Amino acid sequence: METKVKTLPWRRTRTKSEPKVKRSSKKKIWQNYELYLFLLPTIIYFIIFHYIPMYGILIAFQDYMPTQGVWGSPWVGFEHFIRFFNSFQFWNLLENTLELSFLQLLFGFPLPIIVALLLNQLRNQKYKKFVQTVIYAPHFISVVVLVGMVYVFFSPNGLINNFIMIFGGDPIYFMSEASWFKPLYISSGLWQETGWAAIIYLAALAGVSPEVHEAAIMDGASKMQRIRHVDIPAIMPTAMILLVLSVGNLMNIGFEKAYLMQTPLNVSAGEIIPTYVYKVGLQSAQYSFAAAVGLFNAVINFILLWAVNRAAKKLSGSGLW
Amino acid sequence: MSNFVMNRTKFWARKSREDKIFDVLNLFLLSGLMLVVLYPLYFVVIASISNPDYVYNGEVWLWPKEITFEGYQRIFQDGRIWTGYKNTIVYTVVGTFVNVALTLMAAYALSRKDLAGRNFFMFMFLFTMFFSGGLIPTYLVVKNLGLVNTMWALILPKAVAVWNLIVAKTFFQSTIPDELLESAQMDGCSNTKFFFKIVLPLSKPIVAVMVLFYAVTHWNSFFDALIYLNDEELYPLQLVLRSILIQNEASASMLGDVESFAAQQRIADLIKYGVIIVAAVPLLILYPFIQKYFVKGAMIGSIKG
Repeated sequence: METKVKTLPWRRTRTKSEPKVKRSSKKKIWQNYELYLFLLPTIIYFIIFHYIPMYGILIAFQDYMPTQGVWGSPWVGFEHFIRFFNSFQFWNLLENTLELSFLQLLFGFPLPIIVALLLNQLRNQKYKKFVQTVIYAPHFISVVVLVGMVYVFFSPNGLINNFIMIFGGDPIYFMSEASWFKPLYISSGLWQETGWAAIIYLAALAGVSPEVHEAAIMDGASKMQRIRHVDIPAIMPTAMILLVLSVGNLMNIGFEKAYLMQTPLNVSAGEIIPTYVYKVGLQSAQYSFAAAVGLFNAVINFILLWAVNRAAKKLSGSGLW
Repeated sequence: MSNFVMNRTKFWARKSREDKIFDVLNLFLLSGLMLVVLYPLYFVVIASISNPDYVYNGEVWLWPKEITFEGYQRIFQDGRIWTGYKNTIVYTVVGTFVNVALTLMAAYALSRKDLAGRNFFMFMFLFTMFFSGGLIPTYLVVKNLGLVNTMWALILPKAVAVWNLIVAKTFFQSTIPDELLESAQMDGCSNTKFFFKIVLPLSKPIVAVMVLFYAVTHWNSFFDALIYLNDEELYPLQLVLRSILIQNEASASMLGDVESFAAQQRIADLIKYGVIIVAAVPLLILYPFIQKYFVKGAMIGSIKG
C-alpha cells in the first residue's frame, strides 16, 4: 500500500531523501483540468482588467483617438512627457506627491508598531480587548464619511474651532488654508488606520513564546528592556515586509482621500499626481497626456519599490523577492 | 523549579519600580489614544440628535442637548438616500458574490502543490500589485467593453483583489492537509467534488472573512461610481453622501422650509451628522458580531506576506 501511494501521480509531498518522481507535465495538467477551470475566470479577469491596460499604456506615446484605437492613432514619442515636465505644475505636483507619501510613511509606519508593543504589555486582558476594539473600528469608515467628518469637525464652527475658542484662540479656517491640508490628511489617516495596522504586529507578538520573556525576567530585564531585546526583534521580519509593501504603493496613496479633501483654496497643497491624472484625463478627456503622467508616476513608484526591497534585503535579510 | 511554575502569575506580577512607572505610563497613553479615536465617533452621535444651535455654539460636549430627530426626518425625506441605499445593497450583494466565488476557486487551485504553473500564475497576479496600466488605460478598457453606466462597471473591474487571494491561498495551504486530498482521490473523488464537498465546508472562517472584506469594500467604494456612472438613478450611497457631506448639497427637499440662511447652515450641519450615522449604521450594528472575523482575516494575511 505504502509504495503504491508513492507512485500515484498527484502525490507531491515527499521527504527530501525520496527521489523525485518524474511525471510528464501533460499528464499532470490533464489530471487537474478542473483546477485550471477554477483558475480560468480569474486569469481572464487579470488579463482584461490589468494586462490589457498595461498594453494600453502605449497611448502615452501617441495622440490617442478613440475612433482609431491603440494601433491606428499617430505616434508622437515622448512629446507628452516633455510637455508634462515643462508644465508649470510639474514640480508642485511632484513635491506634493512625494511629501504626502513620505510623511504618511514616516508616521504611519512606526505608530502601529508602538501601539502594538504597548498593547502587548497591558496585563488586564479585558481592557486590552476593549482598547483594541475601539481603535480599529475607524478602519471600516468609508473615505467619503471620513473626509466628511474632517469637514464638519474642522469647519469654522466645528468642534475643533469651538475648542480653540474656549481657550481664547481665533478660529482657524482649516479647509481653506493650504498649509493645513497635509497635517489634516496625515492625522486623519493615522486616526483611521493605526489600530488596524497594529493587528498584524500583535499577531507577530503573540507568537513570541512566554519562556523567552520569563528567561529575560529571570535575568532582571525591565519591561522596556524586554520590548527592546525580545519584542522588537520578533516583529522585525513582519515590519520589513510591510515597509516594502507600503513603499510599493507610495505613489498611489490616498488618491480618493486627497481628491475629496481638495477645496479651491487648498488645492495648491493637495493636488497630487493621481488626482491630476483624473482631472486632465477624465474630466478634460486628454487621454494620452494623462496616461503619460500616470506612467511617469508608475515608473517612479516601481523604482522606489525596487530600491527599498534591495535595501531591506541588505539590512535585514528579508524582502519581498 | 516546580515552585516557579506554580507561582507563574505571581512571578509575572513581580515588578520593579521602573516597570511600575512603565505600566502607569502605558495605561495613560493607551487610554488617551482610545479616547482620541472614540470621542469623534461619539460626538457625531450626540451632535446628530442635539439642537443644532447648541452644537453650533459649542455647548454640546458630553451629552446631547434638547434631543431632536429633525435631522433624521429630513434625511429620510430625501429620495436620493433611499436610491443610494438600494443601489449600494445590490452592488454589494452581487459584487461580493462574484468576488468570493472567483477568489476562493482561484485561491484553492493555487494552493494545490500539484498544479503545474502555479508559480507563474501567482507571479502574474502579484505583479499587478506593483505595476498597473493606471487610471486612463483601465477606464478606456471598461468603456470599450460597454460597461460605462451599468452596475457591472463597479463589479467586474474589481472582481478579484490580489491581497485577498493571497490570504485565502494561505488559509487553504495551512488548513487542508494533503492526506485529506489523497484519501479522497483514492476514493475516486474529483477535484470539483472535493472542493465543494470537503474543502468549502472546512473553510467557513475564510469564507466569512472574504465575504466581509469584499462587502466592506463595495459598501465603502465611491470612486468607481464617480468615474463610470453618469446616471443619478444608479448612484451608490457613497456618492450621495459625497454630495451632502462634502459638496454641501443638502437638497431642496431637505432644507426647503427653512427660512434664514444661517438656520439653513445649522440644519445642514445637523443633516451631515445624521447622514454619517445613517451611512455607518449597518456596520455599527454588525461590528460586534463580525469583528473577530476581520481580525482573523488580518492575521491570516500577516502569516505570509
